[in-house]
Amino acid sequence: MTELNKIKQDHRRFKQIVRGKIKRNLRKYMSQGEITGRQGKDIVKVPLPRIDIPRFRFSQKQQGGVGQGEGQPGDSLGQGEESPGQAGPAGNQEGEHGVEVDVSLEELAEIMGEELELPHIEPKGVKRLETVKDKYSGIRTTGPESLRHFKRTYKAALQRMIASGEYDPDNPIIVPTKEDMRYRSWKQTSLPESNALILYMMDVSGSMGDEQKEIVRIESFWIDTWLRSQYEGIESRYIIHDATAKEVDRDTFFRTRESGGTMISSAYKLALQILEEEYAVDEWNVYLFHFSDGDNWSVDDTGDCMKLMRDGLLPKANLFCYGQVESPYGSGQFIKDINEHFSGHERVIVSEIKNRDGIYDSIKEFLGRGL
Amino acid sequence: MKALSPQIQEIIAQIREVAEEFGLDFFETIFEPVDYKQMNEIASYGGFPTRYPHWRFGMEYEQLSKSYEYGLSKIYEMVINNDPAYAYLLEGNNLVDQKTVIAHVYAHVDFFKNNYYFSKTNRRMVDEMANHGARIRRYVDRQGIEAVENFIDTCLSIDNLIDYYSPFIERRGEAVDPEELRQREVPKFQAKDYMDEFINPQSFIDQQKERMAQEAEEARHFPQRPERDVMLFLLEHAPLEGWEADILSIMREEAYYFAPQGQTKIMNEGWASYWHSKILTTRILDDSEIIDFADINSRVMSSAPGQLNPYKLGVALFRDIEERWNKGKFGKEWEEVDDLERRDSWDKELGLGREQIFRVRKLYNDVTFIDEFLTEEFASQSNMFTYGYNRKSGHWEIESREFEEIKSRLLDSLTNFGQPFIYVRDGNFRNRRELLLHHKFEGTELRADYAHEVLESIYRIWKRPVSLETMREEKGLLMSYDGVEHKEQNIPYERLGV
Repeated sequence: MTELNKIKQDHRRFKQIVRGKIKRNLRKYMSQGEITGRQGKDIVKVPLPRIDIPRFRFSQKQQGGVGQGEGQPGDSLGQGEESPGQAGPAGNQEGEHGVEVDVSLEELAEIMGEELELPHIEPKGVKRLETVKDKYSGIRTTGPESLRHFKRTYKAALQRMIASGEYDPDNPIIVPTKEDMRYRSWKQTSLPESNALILYMMDVSGSMGDEQKEIVRIESFWIDTWLRSQYEGIESRYIIHDATAKEVDRDTFFRTRESGGTMISSAYKLALQILEEEYAVDEWNVYLFHFSDGDNWSVDDTGDCMKLMRDGLLPKANLFCYGQVESPYGSGQFIKDINEHFSGHERVIVSEIKNRDGIYDSIKEFLGRGL
Repeated sequence: MKALSPQIQEIIAQIREVAEEFGLDFFETIFEPVDYKQMNEIASYGGFPTRYPHWRFGMEYEQLSKSYEYGLSKIYEMVINNDPAYAYLLEGNNLVDQKTVIAHVYAHVDFFKNNYYFSKTNRRMVDEMANHGARIRRYVDRQGIEAVENFIDTCLSIDNLIDYYSPFIERRGEAVDPEELRQREVPKFQAKDYMDEFINPQSFIDQQKERMAQEAEEARHFPQRPERDVMLFLLEHAPLEGWEADILSIMREEAYYFAPQGQTKIMNEGWASYWHSKILTTRILDDSEIIDFADINSRVMSSAPGQLNPYKLGVALFRDIEERWNKGKFGKEWEEVDDLERRDSWDKELGLGREQIFRVRKLYNDVTFIDEFLTEEFASQSNMFTYGYNRKSGHWEIESREFEEIKSRLLDSLTNFGQPFIYVRDGNFRNRRELLLHHKFEGTELRADYAHEVLESIYRIWKRPVSLETMREEKGLLMSYDGVEHKEQNIPYERLGV
C-alpha cells in the first residue's frame, strides 16, 4: 500500500505557505530582529509561531499537569512558555506547537526582493575575476571503472555492432569491448565573478544609544542579505567614528559606545583611504552606508564631508547611503546638509529611520534603485 | 515493494505463535520493510500513505526528517488499526530492535481488535482513506489547491469538537422543522355544526394553539438540546456547497477514527510494552540479546525529569494490576487492612492477574483506567507529583505530592483529551441566525488567541456571526466574531445542564 514520494508535493506546499507567511510578515520580521539573531552560515531560522492549526484549548499556564521524579513542592522544573511535559495523550492532535523553519539566505533575499520590489543590480566594472569550477559533464574513452557511463558504453557497443553487421535482432546480445567503454569526466569551466564591497560607517558617539544601534544592526543584516544575493563575492568592512575614526570588526562595530564629539569627516577620510589603497574602481562594486543621528561637530566639518563625498567617495561608489536614525538627542541636521548638496544625485540616497518599523521602508529606499 | 528477509519472516512467525499462546488475539498483520525516509513519510500521514494532500503533512515530514537527521528521534514502529492491520519495520534496525517492534505491534493490534473504544472504528480505513484522498484530489482539480486546503484548515480547527462517545450512544431524534410545526392545525373531532362548540370547546382549541405556537418557537431555537458534535451540527445546518460539505464530513469521519487512539494512549502503549517485554524476555531472546533489549527498553521507558511517559505509566499500571490480582490485593477485605507490614506481605495466591489485565484491556479507556487503578501506593512508588506555573518566578514548579491532587489533575488532563468541552447552544442566536457556542467552564480559561481564530474558522463555515460563552477572571464572557472584528463583552454565565 505504500505509495511513495507523495510527500514531496505536500512538502513543497508547506514551503510555499511558509514563504507566503514570511512575505506577509516581512515588515514585522524586519522590525523585530527575530531573524537576525538566528543566523547560521547559509540559513536563517525563521520562527513561525502560528502556522499550526488553531483549536479551542486551555490557557496552558492555568492548567499545569502531572509529572514523575524527585523533588519537593516548590522545586522548579524549568522556565519558559511550554509546560515541561503533558500527560494528556494527544494521538490525534497533530502539530500544535510553534514551528521554526530553515530558510536559506538566498531564498530570504528572493522573498525580500519580491516584497520590497527591489530591482536586480547590474554589476558595474569589468568582470575580471574568475573562478574555476570542475563539473562532471564530459565523456572520455578512458577512466576509472567507478566513473563508467553504462548507457553511453552500451550505445557505443550497439553502434559498433550494427555498423559491423554483428548485431542480430533475434538474439540482441551486446558485448562492449574495450574501445566501447565510456567514462564520465570533468570539464573545467570558468565563471566570471563580480565582487562587491560594503563599507559600513557608524557614529558611535553617546547619542547613538542601544536602540539606535540595534536598528543599524538589523538594517545591515538585510542589506547584506540582499547584496549577497546579487554578487558572487561580498566583503564587508566596518568603520566607527566619534571625533576620530577607526576600522573595527563586525562585533566591535555594534558593541562600541563612545562619548564625546562627532566628526563625520574622519570616517569619510578613512573610507576613502581604504578604497584607494585596496579596491580598484574597475574591479569592485562599492556600497557605502553611513548611519548617524545627524549631529556633526561643526559646519566646517560638514563642509569637509561634502567635499570628500563629491570628489573622493562618489566617483568610486555604486551607492552612497546615509541613514539617519532618530535619537532623542540629535538635532538631525546632517541629512538636511546632504540633501542640500546632493538632492537629485543618482547615487546618493538618504533615509530617515524613526524606529524599528522604519527599517522596512528605509531598505526599500536604499536598494530600490537597483544600482 | 520490498520483501521481508526470510530471517525476519521467520521471527515474525515465531513471535506470532508465542503471542497467540499468551492469549493475544489480533487481526492478520502485514509487516512491510521501509527505510527511514519512507517511515518518516508514512508517519507524516498518520500512518496512511494514501491520505489526501495537505501542507501540514509536509510540515510534519520536515520536522520528522530534521529530528532524525539531527539524531534526536527515530520512529521505531508504526501500526495501523485496520483489518488486516499494517505495520512498518524500519530497515537497518538490529534484530533485537525488530523483535521488540514485532511483539509490540502484535499487542497493539490485539488492543485495536478487542478494546471496547475501538469497537466502532472503521476496519477498512486504509481503503476509506484512499477514497477520501481521491475525492479531495478531485475537488483540488476543480476548486484549486488554495481553496480546498483553506477549507481543510478550517475544518481541522474544529475537529476536536466532536462527541467522543456518540458512536456508542443514540443521543437525539430527528430535528423538527419549525415551519411544519407552525402550519399544523389543531386536530378536531368531527361534529355537526351546532354540536362543535361542545365537542371542540374554543378554550381547548386555544390552549392547543398556544401549545403548538410555543413548540414552534422552541423549534426555532435549534438545537433543542446543547449539541456536543459541533462538526455534525455544522454539517447539517451550515450553508455549505457540496464539496465543502463532503470535506467537512471527511474530516469528521477521520476525527472519529483517530479518537479512540487518543482516548487509550496510556493503556495502549502500556499494553504493548507489557507484552513486548513479556514475550521477548520469556520466550524469544537468548542470553546474548538481553543487554541490547534492556537498552532499547530503557529508551522507550525513559522520561525527562518532570515528564510523564505514557509507555512507562501504562506498563507499570498493568503490572501493578497483575500483581494485585495475583495476590488478592483488591476488594473490601484488602481495603480494610491498615497495618503496613500486613499490606506488604499480603498474598492470597489467587493468580487472577493475567485474567484481570485482559479484562481491563477490553473494557477501559485511559480515564476509567486511571480512575479505577491508580492507587495511592502506586503514585507514591512512582514518585508522582503535580506541577503548575508560578507567575511570580516564571518557573514551572512542583506543587504537590498529595495523592488526591495527583489523581484529579491527571484525570482532568485526560478527560476529553484535556480539551475544553464546547457545545452548540443556539443556531438562531439573537433571532438572526447567528451561532452561539457554549464552553462548559470547569475552572480553566480558554487560550484567547486560539479561540479567536477558531471563531473565525467557524464563521467561514456558518457565514453569519459566531459567539462563544465562556468565563474569564471569574466573570462570564461572550466572545464574538462578526466577519470583520472580534468583540468581547461581559455577560452572566449560566451553566448548562450538560
